[in-house]
This record gives sequence, C-alpha cells and structure tokens, in this order.
Amino acid sequence: MDTLAPAPSPQPPAASTPAISVPATVPAPAGEILIDIDQVDFFYGASQALHNISLQIQDKKVTAFIGPSGCGKSTLLRCLNRMNDLIDGTRVARGSIKIRGIDIHRPDVDVIELRKRVGMVFQKSNPFPKSIYENITYGLKLQGVRNQARLDEVVESSLRGAALWDEVKDRLHTSGLGLSGGQQQRLCIARAIAVEPEVILMDEPCSALDPVATAKVEELIQTLRARFTIVIVTHNMQQAARCSDKTAFFYMGKLIEYADTRNIFMNPANPQTEAYVSGRFG
Amino acid sequence: MSALTTHPFQTRASVAHRSETAIFWLFRGATYFVLLCGAVVFLNIFVKGSRTVFQTKAPFVNTTFFTDSPESLYVFQWEGQKREMGDKEFRAFKETHPAAANVKAESYVYCAGGIFPCIVGTVLLVVGSMTIALTLGVCAAVYLNEYARDGTFIRFVRLAILNLAGVPSIVFGLFGFGMFVIFFGWNVSLLAGWFTLAFMVLPVVITASEESLKAVPKGFREGSLALGATKWQTIRKNVVPYALPGILTSSILGIARVAGETAPIMFTAAYVVRDKLPWQVDHFSDFFFQGVMALPYHIYVVSSKIPQNEYTERVQYGTAFVFLLIVALIAAASILLRSRLRNRYKW
Repeated sequence: MDTLAPAPSPQPPAASTPAISVPATVPAPAGEILIDIDQVDFFYGASQALHNISLQIQDKKVTAFIGPSGCGKSTLLRCLNRMNDLIDGTRVARGSIKIRGIDIHRPDVDVIELRKRVGMVFQKSNPFPKSIYENITYGLKLQGVRNQARLDEVVESSLRGAALWDEVKDRLHTSGLGLSGGQQQRLCIARAIAVEPEVILMDEPCSALDPVATAKVEELIQTLRARFTIVIVTHNMQQAARCSDKTAFFYMGKLIEYADTRNIFMNPANPQTEAYVSGRFG
Repeated sequence: MSALTTHPFQTRASVAHRSETAIFWLFRGATYFVLLCGAVVFLNIFVKGSRTVFQTKAPFVNTTFFTDSPESLYVFQWEGQKREMGDKEFRAFKETHPAAANVKAESYVYCAGGIFPCIVGTVLLVVGSMTIALTLGVCAAVYLNEYARDGTFIRFVRLAILNLAGVPSIVFGLFGFGMFVIFFGWNVSLLAGWFTLAFMVLPVVITASEESLKAVPKGFREGSLALGATKWQTIRKNVVPYALPGILTSSILGIARVAGETAPIMFTAAYVVRDKLPWQVDHFSDFFFQGVMALPYHIYVVSSKIPQNEYTERVQYGTAFVFLLIVALIAAASILLRSRLRNRYKW
C-alpha cells in the first residue's frame, strides 16, 4: 500500500479542486458511507432511465447491482464517475450523487480528478493496443509521472494486485492484446488500480469470460475489497451472491430492494426481488 | 438412366442454372476487362517510355533525362550522317567544328535534355500540398468526429465537404488563380499551387480521416477517460495514433491526385519552362513565391502545345513513364509507413 502512495506533486491545492478523497494513508473505517446517491432521476434525451434512486454505498465493501437488461444498473454505475457525460442528451434531472459529501455534479468539481478517484472496468475488456507496460503506466504518465523506477514499481505492484504478474512478467513489453480474454480483463483492472482510485466501478466485468477466467476475477475482487470500494454490475446472480457484501436489485429504472447480499438472496423483502433471484423472471 | 434424370437433385441445367453461369461470367469478365485495360495502359507507357529512359550502353539508364533541364533538339546532316544533338552539345560541336557553323539544322523545342526541374517541381508540389491538406484535414476530421455534436450545422458542413469533392479540378484552378494569385498577390507560385491542390484533396482527406477515426473502438476512448485523461490527451494518445494508418491510406490517394492534376496548377504554380531550379533563389522567402515546372503540365505542353513529331513522342512517353514511377515511389513510401504503423497499433 505504501509503495502505491500518490505521486508527490500534481495534486492541486484542495481549494481549487474540492477534495473528493482523504489521503490514501488514512483509510476510512470500513462500512462508512462513501457514495450517497439521493433521489436521482436520470434521462437519456426524453426517456427516463432512472426513477428516484436513493442508495448509499459503503466504503471498502463490494456492492453489486443486479437486475434484468435495461433496468438502469449500468446507467447508475456510469453516473458515479460521470461517464454518461460522454453521451449526448443525458442529464441528471433531479437529486444528487455525493462522494465523501461532495456533490460530483457541482460545477466546480473537476471531472478529470473525479475519474482518477473513481476508476472503471468495462464490460468488454479494452486494453489499449500498446504493450502491457504502457497499458499500466498510461494513467500515471497522464499525471506527469516520468520517474522510471517509480513506473516500474507501479507496474509490478498493479500487476501483482490484479494477480497477473506471474503470468506476464516476462512479456511486459509485448502487446496487451496478445493476452487471453480473462488476462485482458485483469490487465484492465491492473490499469485501473495503477492510478490508485478509491472506488472501482465494474460494468459486467465477467460477461465475456469463461468460468475459469470468471473465477479468477472474482477471486481478485475478494483481494481488492481490502483496498478499494467496489461497485459491480452483474447479470450473474451467483456472482453477486458470491462476491458482494451488499446487493441492489433494479427493475425498470427503479431501485426495488437494497440490502445485505445474504438478505437479498435468502430472505428478500420484496416479492419482485424474490421472483428475480429465484429465477422465476428476468 | 431415366430414373436418374428425374432425380430432384440431378435435373438438367435449367434456365436459372444457365443464367447463374452467365451472370458469373459477366462479372468475372468485367473484372478481367478492367485488368486488361490497366495492363494495356501501363505496358504501352512502359514500352515506349523505356526507350527514352533506358539505353543500351552502360549505365543503361539515360541519366541526363533525370538530371538535365529540357533543351531544344537539333537534327542535321553531317558528313552524310544524320546527327541529333541537344542545344548545349550542338553549340559545343559548332565551336569544335568551324565548318558546322552554318549547317542547316532543324530544331525541335523541349525534345532534348531531361526533365529534372519537372521532377523537382512535382515533388515540391506534392510534399507542400499534402502537408497542408493533412494538417487541415486531420484537424477538421478530429473536430467533426470527436468534438462536434450532430446537428443541422454539422450536417451542413458535411454536405459542403461532399460538394467540395465534386468540384471539377479546373474550377479549383480558377479559384486558386483568383484567390491566391491575384487577390493575395502571390503570383504564379509554389504557395498558390500548394493551397489550390490542398483544397482540392481536402474532402478526400477529411472523409477518409473521419472514417478511420470512427473505426477506433469506443472502448479505447472510454478506457482512457476513465483513467482521468482529458479529452485532448485521449485523442492525442489513444485515438489519433490508431487512426493514422487509415489516414495515410487516404493520403496515398491524395498524393496520386495532387501529383497528377494539371488543371489546378496551370494557372497557379506551373511554368512551361524555367531556367532556374527552385533552390536557386536570392532569399529563402522567394522560394515560396516562385513558379515551378511540373510533370503533368510538362506532359500537357509537349503533347499539345508544340508541333508533334517523332521526337516529341520520346519526351512525352519518357515523362509519363518517370511520372508513374515517381507516384509509385511516393505511394510505396506511404504504404511502407502505414504497414509499420499498423504493426505497431493492431487491435
């Protein structure tokens, strides 16, 4: 953890960019509320994708979003690092999303800084067509880190963090696209953790992977939960049950139920949730 | 036997079957016909041009054709033999042979010497105009594809680009003449030719660059942005490099067009003949404001502006051959560059 402490300089003073984070060396106690989603309505143009979502995501926990396709779980996930800004005509019409108390839609919030703090792993693994080494150092180089020794160190620690080091340590300078599907996805996770985010958003990270690769990623999530807050969208209910602490069930853009994973699967309060997790619909 | 002919899978060739065959041969014939046309054109120029460009004596290549300026050819009878000499050679001959001073010689303009100034001029025109066209075109394509939001105005811009591609090259020539040569007062100059040619290929470059930018997967952009990159960092490091092979492909087409067009440069940049080479200027700024000779214009001049005879045919085919060679060389260089980039950025 210490070796990954943020680079000394490029942090601007807290006044100009509202600090979304506390320094990584002072970990917040697990379970504290990190992301507070409050009555959010979200629109793609004229069609409403999210209805009045309120949800609190706890620090250093794994939170899973489940629900049938088109239920808004990915949309909500992409709201958390404002990736929806890239899509024309999208807007958060009501409500707020606060990370450590700061509303991320406030005009003085730097979206670049936000995305450094809230990393993302995509459904389709997207290693850049560069070497494995360059993939990992991409984010750091953007931040102006040029120190070779430090880059080497981060590459190793990130790849170890993503349980990929032993498989690729002899081929760091070959293309990231030469890896297998599961390795590519773990490379993307390594790339995300290399910039030391607080939160990692995972958008169906295993949907394109075979069961063995999926198991490895799930194992990885178990080790990452100690250092990062993880929000994972999944279609796979067993996956949510296996690796999450809290689960939110969405249906038709509404949050139906949000509780401890054990309760959602063993003892759901809502009949719709019960029907979904037992496989009777969806 | 009769049992076989009635078998549903072994009927005799039906009308449908025969028309299938006919259509197959129609398409195949059309394809081969194109190949044949190309082969006839290239072989014709190659065979006739090689008589000028190559020679039987060592070094087997007519080097003066590549390194000299065009000269007049003098043909005369001397001691019962027909002699052919270029201007310089003829003068030297007259000095060493006083008896030849009053020999009656027929002169054929531009038919001796070489085409060096034309080669230099064409290379300068291509390099300059492609630099301008690629700079402007890639910037415009990046704006259209990465920044602009689709709307009425952007649709109008795209329509304008499409229309620009349909403008005849002679109209570009006249536009360049009016705009750069007269209004800007650049006279007949490299600069005026560069901009005229650049505007002509701009639509090709923009359209092709935009296509290759579109072909870069969205995941690369999102992945980069999610790591805290700004939009410009993403475009510069993670989008444009991957689009470069495609952009270069379009520039290959552009090069062939820029090098080949006569109409846009005949009013703006090309001289029929010029004694000085482009680097023989007093001040470096004069470099941009000088006209040059160019291969396509030279071909035009020697094929239609001077009396035709067996001697002009040599220079026509020789020039055409060298011209094709140069375009092929420039294109080969871009293809090489493209394949190297492709190997570097494959996905």
